[in-house]
Amino acid sequence: MGDPGAVPAGVEAADGRWHRLHPATPLLRGGVGILAVLGVIAANLRERITDLAMTMVGVRGVPDDDSGDPVSALVRHGLVGWAILAAFALLFLALGIFYLSWRMHTFRVGDDAVEVRRGILSRHHRNARLDRIQGVNLSKPLFARLFGTAKLEVSVAGQDANVELAYLGVAVATGLRREILRRASGTRRLAAASRPAAAGTDLFTRRLDDFLAPHYDPDAPPPTSAVVIPPLRLFGSIIVSGLSIALVIVIAVVSVAAAHGVYVILVILLPTILAWGGVYVRRFVRAINYSIVGTADGLRIGYGLFSTSNETIPPGRIHALEVVQPLIWRPFDWWQIRIDTAGRLKDKGVAGQHNTTILPVGDPAAIEKVLGIVLPTLADERTVGIVTAGMHETGAAAFARQRETTMPARGEKGPEAGSEAATSAEGTPAVDPSPTPFTVPPRRAAWLRPLSWRRVGYVVAGGAVLVRTGAIWRRLRVVPLARLQSTEVRQGPVRRGLRLVRVRLHTVDGPVRAELPVIGVEEGIRFFRGIAAAQAAAVAADHSDRWAAS
Amino acid sequence: MSRPSELPGATPFGDALPDAAGQSARQGDAASVRGASRSMERVRPGGRPGRRRAGGSGVAAHLDMGADWQRVSHRYVVVLIVGTIVWGLAGAVVGLVLWLGFGLWWAWMLVAADVAAAIAMLVIAPRRAHSIGYQLREDDLLFCHGILFQRYVAVPYGRMQLIDINRGPIGRILHLADLRFVTAAASTGVGIPGLHDDTAAGLRDRLVALAETRRAGL
Repeated sequence: MGDPGAVPAGVEAADGRWHRLHPATPLLRGGVGILAVLGVIAANLRERITDLAMTMVGVRGVPDDDSGDPVSALVRHGLVGWAILAAFALLFLALGIFYLSWRMHTFRVGDDAVEVRRGILSRHHRNARLDRIQGVNLSKPLFARLFGTAKLEVSVAGQDANVELAYLGVAVATGLRREILRRASGTRRLAAASRPAAAGTDLFTRRLDDFLAPHYDPDAPPPTSAVVIPPLRLFGSIIVSGLSIALVIVIAVVSVAAAHGVYVILVILLPTILAWGGVYVRRFVRAINYSIVGTADGLRIGYGLFSTSNETIPPGRIHALEVVQPLIWRPFDWWQIRIDTAGRLKDKGVAGQHNTTILPVGDPAAIEKVLGIVLPTLADERTVGIVTAGMHETGAAAFARQRETTMPARGEKGPEAGSEAATSAEGTPAVDPSPTPFTVPPRRAAWLRPLSWRRVGYVVAGGAVLVRTGAIWRRLRVVPLARLQSTEVRQGPVRRGLRLVRVRLHTVDGPVRAELPVIGVEEGIRFFRGIAAAQAAAVAADHSDRWAAS
Repeated sequence: MSRPSELPGATPFGDALPDAAGQSARQGDAASVRGASRSMERVRPGGRPGRRRAGGSGVAAHLDMGADWQRVSHRYVVVLIVGTIVWGLAGAVVGLVLWLGFGLWWAWMLVAADVAAAIAMLVIAPRRAHSIGYQLREDDLLFCHGILFQRYVAVPYGRMQLIDINRGPIGRILHLADLRFVTAAASTGVGIPGLHDDTAAGLRDRLVALAETRRAGL
């Protein structure tokens, strides 16, 4: 391992030949099953063992054989020897099957695709093209870390289509992730030789390093930008959440009922309360060590203390973003970011939320930083004010500014210039950008959205469409024009009477629903037409499927 | 079958906002595409021109999205009528069985409601068929649907992942086909029912060719 001429483990695994997984894989995958079987046997033997212990200690006499469980039946018929033989035979059979499945489970990383072959009786062969990957996830469950292994999951667009390599050695998995991203990026750079591990590190030191700094990748270039989340804010956000409110209500109900002597409610709701306590613990544990970093190969999100996970989303794989603020976080000014992406991981993600939540909590500076990583054109100094306006501008301020724009001073800019600024796709406003960049609906929209009609609005800037909705739950949705699928305008009888329309932007499935619930008819049609043209230009200029190909 | 003389897409994407002059120029390109589709319509055996040129009396579109809507075949009304009658009869039979067979006295209201709904749907069936339209624009396909709840969807050519042609039992007798478009977003949900077989096949071929020339990543 300390030999400077050695080929790094990841590059060797990606040389286009078939390789096997880590030898401890059968135990890690099937280990839980063995433990379950042992648990069942121990439960059956419990009576026997306690009686035996009591007899040996001298508390009781020899127990009678009337207990009726299978073990005493075996003893009565003198079949103990056969039972032990059968148990050993089953154990050997299980080990044999595990060994065989390990031998049959191979993978190959070529220049174009990742392939996995597995299965003893029915063979499966999965092939995933490297230029179509949606993300790479390197996770280390607790049990696997004890053996120095990790699980590499390559997400591909589609339901249940991911390629899973479980389990590989940590060095192999890290190197393989780097190689896969390098090949998917289309770069012509050769694989960089990694620095070898320091000479003389033994197994224990390496494991300790891995435990203390699970996301540290010594070969990665310095990240371009990092968002740090103070642990206090992370924990505070888990405590201050909708779940807490529900918990408080339930505890209040139970206490009031108990004070009046009705204890049955406590009995009914106690399991629920305990389960919610477990949810909190799980969220806390998954939120430790959270980091979100912009690397050359995309957005990298890592979290976890005991079982860690590290997901890389290459550029151009994020189809829509949502910046949302629940009402309960408004005093703290905390926001959350959720994304739409074509590849989906099965497990839960950061802080126990779905893995489409990439930033569980952040202040406005963190939000702007993450948006700047995902959409660099949105971090321009001309457009940075738009995101701030999208998050914080209140309805009244937006409405007042819109009125200033449409009722101009004499001989100055007129309404066309104002809306030209709003719909210009290049982000160069023809007029001073201090009027609200968001185009808001007319007053009659208050019939349908009495609270939020002044905050609803859209703007096209930085190669993306930003849609702002909501007065109680503030939401800002960002859809990059190059990732937009189709656009829809709907008008029912109520909106027709009010001369409004509903515009919806379709992206791949996910939690983000980019929709303008109300907008004036003329404005909506202008938006619809402008999007069609701007989208064609953005798609033609977009090369993010091979992001490093020069 | 005649082929279109030129494919749209030769014009650059420079201008972000379609002004009036640009739009008419682009519609000229799109019109050449549509002209080819209309000439294919006339090749159909029987010789009767299938569609009028959609003008002011075309699709009852309430919003101003351009006037060059293509309608679906007249005979789609028959498909709608037959479908309504079948479902109406099924509902009425269920209601009658409940009323007379099981003796539930209130089931006659179900029957009455079912008959009323079926009659209403039959009356507006021509308008429903009339309200479906599509436009082949320069970069996308614009689709319109609905009378009371109108829905317009613009699907860029390069975003179409899949084009399906389906033929129901009535459609097969009348030589009608349904075209369905699938994009990466499940919520797109665009379909053009009631197209004549030749038109549907020609439209699909042209859309596939356009999608190939505009193909981009996901």
